[in-house]
Amino acid sequence: MYVAVKGGEKAIRNAHKLMAKRRRGDTSVPSLTLEQIAQQLSHAVARVMGEGSLYDETLAALAIKQARGDLIEAAFLMRAYRTTLPRFGYSQPIDTAKTLVERRVSATYKDLPGGQVLGPTFDYSHRLLDFALAAEEDGLEKPAETARVEDDSMPRVTDLLGDEGLMEPDPVTDEDAPVGDLTREPLSFPADRDLRLQNLARGDEGFLLALAYSTQRGYGRTHPFAGEIRYGEVEVEFFAEELGFAVTLGTIKVTECQMVNQFKGSAKTAPTFTRGYGLVFGQVERKAMSMAMVDRSMRWQELGEEPSAPAQDVEFVLSHSDNIQATGFVEHLKLPHYVDFQAELDLVRRMRGEWFEKRRQEEEEGSAAQEAAE
Amino acid sequence: MNDTAQIFEQGEYNFAYLDEQTKRMIRRAILKGIAIPGYQVPFASREMPMPYGWGTGGVQVTAAILGKDDCLKMIDQGSDDTTNAVSLRGFFEKTAGVRTTYETSEASVIQTRHRIPEKALREDQIIVFQVPIPEPLRFLEPRETETRKMHALEDYGLMHVKLYEDIAKNGHIATTYAYPVKVNDRYVMDPSPTPKFDNPKIDQMAALQLYGAGREKRIYAIPPYTKVKSLDFEDYPFEVQKFDKPCGLCGAENVYLDEVILDDKGGRMFVCSDSDYCEERRADGHLGPMAADPAAHQFGATQAEETAR
Repeated sequence: MYVAVKGGEKAIRNAHKLMAKRRRGDTSVPSLTLEQIAQQLSHAVARVMGEGSLYDETLAALAIKQARGDLIEAAFLMRAYRTTLPRFGYSQPIDTAKTLVERRVSATYKDLPGGQVLGPTFDYSHRLLDFALAAEEDGLEKPAETARVEDDSMPRVTDLLGDEGLMEPDPVTDEDAPVGDLTREPLSFPADRDLRLQNLARGDEGFLLALAYSTQRGYGRTHPFAGEIRYGEVEVEFFAEELGFAVTLGTIKVTECQMVNQFKGSAKTAPTFTRGYGLVFGQVERKAMSMAMVDRSMRWQELGEEPSAPAQDVEFVLSHSDNIQATGFVEHLKLPHYVDFQAELDLVRRMRGEWFEKRRQEEEEGSAAQEAAE
Repeated sequence: MNDTAQIFEQGEYNFAYLDEQTKRMIRRAILKGIAIPGYQVPFASREMPMPYGWGTGGVQVTAAILGKDDCLKMIDQGSDDTTNAVSLRGFFEKTAGVRTTYETSEASVIQTRHRIPEKALREDQIIVFQVPIPEPLRFLEPRETETRKMHALEDYGLMHVKLYEDIAKNGHIATTYAYPVKVNDRYVMDPSPTPKFDNPKIDQMAALQLYGAGREKRIYAIPPYTKVKSLDFEDYPFEVQKFDKPCGLCGAENVYLDEVILDDKGGRMFVCSDSDYCEERRADGHLGPMAADPAAHQFGATQAEETAR
């Protein structure tokens, strides 16, 4: 009822209470613990950390619990929390070649230094509902046999290609060049690759997936190969001015995807392979791959390609990738708009009045002309 | 909600939520905006604990300018007791602990969505607008790179063509809210989706006007007593909406009215959109033609009860 829209104080209070009750559900069922969520819903936790732009498994688990499993809402909670955190500085770039790899696959080489490590994956499993899981007892099955990679070195596939000159070199940047940070400076265009990658890393998995998919279906083809996907733990270091050297803050789990794309070359550049790059928190391979494909698509300008597709349109992609922004603006349509609607009502009524009046006049003129003709 | 209140009491968040560095950054953007009236200043908008599109720009501007002695009025659709106004007011009551009011004349800072109070604002007041899409040219040209160029070159031909086409097609300009204005003879600006009825109020307004768009990361401003002209043509001058009836409750004329549907038989009533203005007039003894109607009475009473809190 209309009146209920106004006078919200009490309604809001009660809505919050009801929401809390619904969130908890049937109280005879035990409440979820954050450990359970962090351990058993790790993909959800990873997604919330990535899109929420804050690496903390416990907080992400809390956000998921509070958001009743709505992962975009959970990412939003993380973002709103991270806003308030003080910022000490920027870490050193992580070295993914030193990842403690749990999974590493390449679709371009059958075997390669360091080997292929299948690791935990849904790939190659039959998607049959496992009814045994419904009655799962506590306790573990026999642990899987994991072959520890003896050889420490696990060079990136792109580096192997680079040694042969087949891969475009990584762009050389000045060590002291400032890093773009769209949480500190508003995004402006044209946006350099550092900002683009940051935007994609925070972007919505579904949006990037659809864009990447569109490039495979002909909307801006990039001929991608999954050069390498690796997942594992990597150290984060911070250069402490007071000490004069970098100290390790801890480790994070990341998925890195290096797409290898064909490039025919141009007048200035010999034919070579080009890179698309994806890096996300946790094991989120779908997004890392999508990110790499969209990154490559957006590089059309520097590589002298013709733009033709949505995935190549930097302003379009970067302006709409953030699901926290998107969900806020779409859902704000739930807010009352009756002042503007009133103005539109008035306009439509007036325009309808004019339309009917005009038609009436035309009919009169028509019949008058007919009478005159008779 | 109580948990949140406790967190703020424990001092886990700064006064008015944002940290001082962020506030300084926002204030710099505000000052730049005041220096270049109508120009959209990019700023590093933060994630706020309410969704984008629900007033994050306005909230950040308010948080940056609020002092302990300020008195805040929060309105949405002209009314203090719409749900989102209640929620945002609660946010500042909790995080800043400032005094809040429903009375326009008592407030030093007024944050609003979609309306400007009927009562003229004073020099010692600031009005903060929540802005969804700050770019007046956005629906004519979706690219920011292009629209920024158009502003830089003062190239507003596209907007005039749009208004001309409206007249050619409909016989009048078919924009009823977010009606574009030219500020200080330079920048074309979106006055946020207030109905064009309110456009004359922003011209030569005594109060400082600040506009915040959180999702789009833009702040703009109109300093006190600045010329603001609604775009029009000599032979098709700008006009505001006119209501043929006065407010059903308080009898006010020349104010913006909400249409309230009273039953399912076509019964309706027009009442002041500015609920505080209506309330004050009724307290002063003004009565509208519908004031005695039972349905209207019930509506008015509910409103009064909420207003009285």
